[in-house]
Amino acid sequence: MEGTLLSRPEGIRCGWIVHLFSFLTVVLAIFLTACSDEPWNRPYPVRDAHKNIMYSSFQERPNHLDPVQSYSSNEVRFTGQIYEPPLQYHYLKRPYELVPLTASSVPQPVYLGADGERLPDDSAPEDVSYSVYDIRIQPGIYYQPHPAFAQDAEGMLRYHNLRENELDAIYTLGDFEFTGSRELVAADYVYQIKRLAHPHLHSPIFGLMSGYIAGLKEYADILKTVSKQQTATSGRREFLDLREYPLEGATVIDRYTYRIKLRGTYPQLLYWLAMPFFAPVPWEADRFYSQPGLQERNITLDWYPVGTGPYMLTVNNPNRQMVLVRNPNFHGETYPEEGEPGDAEAGLLADAGKNLPFVERVIYSLEKEDIPYWNKFLQGYYDTSGITSDSFDQAISIGSGGEVSLTDAMLAQGIELRTAVSTSIYYTGFNMLDPVVGGYSEQARILRQAISVAIDTEEYISIFLNGRGIPAQNPIPPGIFGFLEGDAGINTYFYDMTDSGPQRKSIDFARQLLAEAGYPEGRDINTGKPLVLNFDTTATGPDDKARLNWLRKQFAKLNIQLVIRGTDYNRFQEKMLKGTAQIFQWGWNADYPDPENFLFLLHGEQGKVEHNGENAANYKNPEYDRLFEQMKNMPNGPERQDIINRMMSIIQHDAPWIWGFHPKQFSLAHGWFLNTKPNLMANNALKYLRIDPEQRAMLQADWNRPVRWPLGVLLGMLLAIILPAWLGYRKRQRQPAYRGSH
Amino acid sequence: MFAYIVRRVAYALPILIGVNLLTFYLFFVVNSPDDMARLHLGVKRVTPEAIDKWKAERGYDKPLVFNATETGIGRISETIFFEKSLKLFAFNFGHSDDGRDISHDIAQRMVPSLAIAIPSLVVGLLINITFAMLLAFFRGTYVDISGVILCVVLMSISAMFYIIGGQFLLGKLLRLMPISGYDIGLDAIKFLVLPVIIGVVSGIGSSSRLYRSFFLEEAGKDFIRTARAKGLKESRVLFRHLLSNAMIPIVTGVVVVLPLLFMGSLLLESFFAIPGLGSYTIDAINRQDFAIVRAMVFLGSVLYIVGLILVDITYTIVDPRVRLS
Repeated sequence: MEGTLLSRPEGIRCGWIVHLFSFLTVVLAIFLTACSDEPWNRPYPVRDAHKNIMYSSFQERPNHLDPVQSYSSNEVRFTGQIYEPPLQYHYLKRPYELVPLTASSVPQPVYLGADGERLPDDSAPEDVSYSVYDIRIQPGIYYQPHPAFAQDAEGMLRYHNLRENELDAIYTLGDFEFTGSRELVAADYVYQIKRLAHPHLHSPIFGLMSGYIAGLKEYADILKTVSKQQTATSGRREFLDLREYPLEGATVIDRYTYRIKLRGTYPQLLYWLAMPFFAPVPWEADRFYSQPGLQERNITLDWYPVGTGPYMLTVNNPNRQMVLVRNPNFHGETYPEEGEPGDAEAGLLADAGKNLPFVERVIYSLEKEDIPYWNKFLQGYYDTSGITSDSFDQAISIGSGGEVSLTDAMLAQGIELRTAVSTSIYYTGFNMLDPVVGGYSEQARILRQAISVAIDTEEYISIFLNGRGIPAQNPIPPGIFGFLEGDAGINTYFYDMTDSGPQRKSIDFARQLLAEAGYPEGRDINTGKPLVLNFDTTATGPDDKARLNWLRKQFAKLNIQLVIRGTDYNRFQEKMLKGTAQIFQWGWNADYPDPENFLFLLHGEQGKVEHNGENAANYKNPEYDRLFEQMKNMPNGPERQDIINRMMSIIQHDAPWIWGFHPKQFSLAHGWFLNTKPNLMANNALKYLRIDPEQRAMLQADWNRPVRWPLGVLLGMLLAIILPAWLGYRKRQRQPAYRGSH
Repeated sequence: MFAYIVRRVAYALPILIGVNLLTFYLFFVVNSPDDMARLHLGVKRVTPEAIDKWKAERGYDKPLVFNATETGIGRISETIFFEKSLKLFAFNFGHSDDGRDISHDIAQRMVPSLAIAIPSLVVGLLINITFAMLLAFFRGTYVDISGVILCVVLMSISAMFYIIGGQFLLGKLLRLMPISGYDIGLDAIKFLVLPVIIGVVSGIGSSSRLYRSFFLEEAGKDFIRTARAKGLKESRVLFRHLLSNAMIPIVTGVVVVLPLLFMGSLLLESFFAIPGLGSYTIDAINRQDFAIVRAMVFLGSVLYIVGLILVDITYTIVDPRVRLS
């Protein structure tokens, strides 16, 4: 039978199709002719378009917002704005300078002998038994509004004895009806120092600080015992009131003064006093959050910070958004009136003396992928952006002389570029415990030097970092005391000084060193076997393949076979802890701007295998260790520089690392985003930033006018498809059911 | 039917225990409690004492599945597997390794997941069925051939291309909707349009082809010919007889995925920064948060089993010839 699938001659009524198209056409016509100036793709409410709000993003939710635990940069970017330690870094001055924040002045240590007698300020560190810092804070500083401080009519803390039924309607901190505040006192700082030893908290600096703060280690043991007793008695974790347990190393002198007592000397303490670890925590907050029922509702100090800083966290929904709002109780601070040369010309002093903070609200939106973030930045919906490798060519043009500038498209949008060399180092390490590349024999040392010469770091920076980095000569990055500018800072083991500047030594020189090490042409002189080395890495993704191939080729220049041992992060950590890796890559980001924070990475006492420290190469040189001990307590000056130079000579000679590079930070900011100056140490820089919301709103509207005509085209296409189909349908309906031969 | 459902639920228990055991085994083959602690505590200045403390607080200091130091039932009950898994069967998911209430998080994140999944499913079904019926109606004509070619082309494009291409075209080039983001309440709509469009378009190819084959299969059957022979209107043949019969495999196919809509879409949620359960699971895997991973795998298993039971029940509803026994 030649019948078609559907072959009845009757047609179906078509009125509804006509009505549908009429309706769609009218809707679309309204849609297309709507003449609102507001962009359609605006990801924020229209009512906020002209408000003084800064827009930023986060890729991963912060693990900890409790200042005793927060350490990584994605945590400190929040806690730094909320909590106020006694000190801070000057926003504009370089080199980095500590200035008071809540303290009245930067404290100076008083040295004590073994019997408690006061020693002269210039005493040798070995003579000093204790260093005492008396820190006086400014009166009149108040905490942000918080339910932990809310009081009832009788003056009792309203929310400190919550019953289960009172929590029925509580899902976030904002659900508490009443809030209160109180003045910041010295006891809050002492309370926080005690929290470093809290048995239920994991302060990453407890290990370090228990070596310095008098009695902190013993204090942790006491708290552990008390906590166990409490748990055994009540069957649950109770509030551990740290006020009841004194700590020798942190005491209250008076309402506004407290004392930190250290064993020996540790001048780096001042830098730690500029971090949230030493910010105040009121006991009321600790008590409030410890109540049963709040933890189950995810209402904890780790989630809802309580500070005195310029901002307070009002929304913490890291599944979507985190919002900082200006703290109405902020004590007030003004924009710095002096900076370094060039700051005034760059407009960075235009707001000198004005009250901080400038921005009313900061909205951080979850943005997991780079591409949407970058596109939204270009649309003006984020105020700043970094530059990923994918967007580098779109943003940056490199001149024939290597000079870096923005592309025309960026300049047309009024985007500005900020660059700074990070106080970080990325290096390739040799495991000094390894029988081939490790050890302190002349043969091993020359082998390491040969490899270090062969690895062309300049080429790596050019290919993989788009030139965003400078080759490291030793562990200390620019901007940190001990870094030597110019020829004086060049590692002459690997570079030749020429008229055109330092040049990496030739590959022939590296081959000569390799032969001297007992591996002529990359073969063991005794066995004739090729030299095979192992490189352990967690970089196993497709994006890493090019890097690893490049590294393999660098070793191949010496006829050394490099075996890439790709592994996951956990196995890699395990290998590092056991010392079974041979060659690896590692990095370090400065905690504070002191050479001690980089040179300790090669200190014997920090050996990863032996001490589980930060010396991943397990390097151990008695002379270097001795000089380190001497250097770490010294003030910056020629004498300290001299010791650092001697330390550099030792490690450059021993070559436990291939020195790698210090990355350069490139960041972009729209023209309406003001007072941006890279400050790699300050974690509270948000208060200095200013927005011009009117200019932003105008440009956003200009850049994001919707293109509506494709919608009309789409409707036309739909009609072009459906109409012939419908006509075809009608035609079929009118065909006879069966076409016979006659 | 009740006895059948009870029996199916009873069968589900050993399956869930097996899934739990397998998840547990696979997770701890890759990660040790030490690794988990190290990842949670960060990479800088982590001491062995801190790692031990972290493990002890979360119960990861016990043996994995057998405790040789205990006696009697304690050999089994004083283990990580027992302590972490037993409560799941009471749907008590406990707290994540960083102390968050998992049930609360799931409840919060379910809404955005459903906000994408339900419109994508409904709109997708409507479009796919319409398109498939159109192709079936014009079987063998240029409409059918072009439609099938289009379906094959749409099927051949990767999901990533749809996402990035959609963001580029509609969000960046035409500036018709936000590139990514999410909001609550009615403000969420403008953020959902693009992921829903992408979800629908990316599914047209495969679904329409499948549905077309269902329609063609039914169209060749005697009851359609009979319906036509007895003079029914074509619209009635199409919608009353053809569609209702072809819908049986379509509906059962849809019902099985209904419960899994809660689990969210991994790719869409990640690229559009939508805080659903898909991204929750991915984040937990990246953070090695065993508590969340096991909860989500368990929930997925339960929902899948529920889906299968619903399919069986649906069969009895849409096809009166089927009886559960």
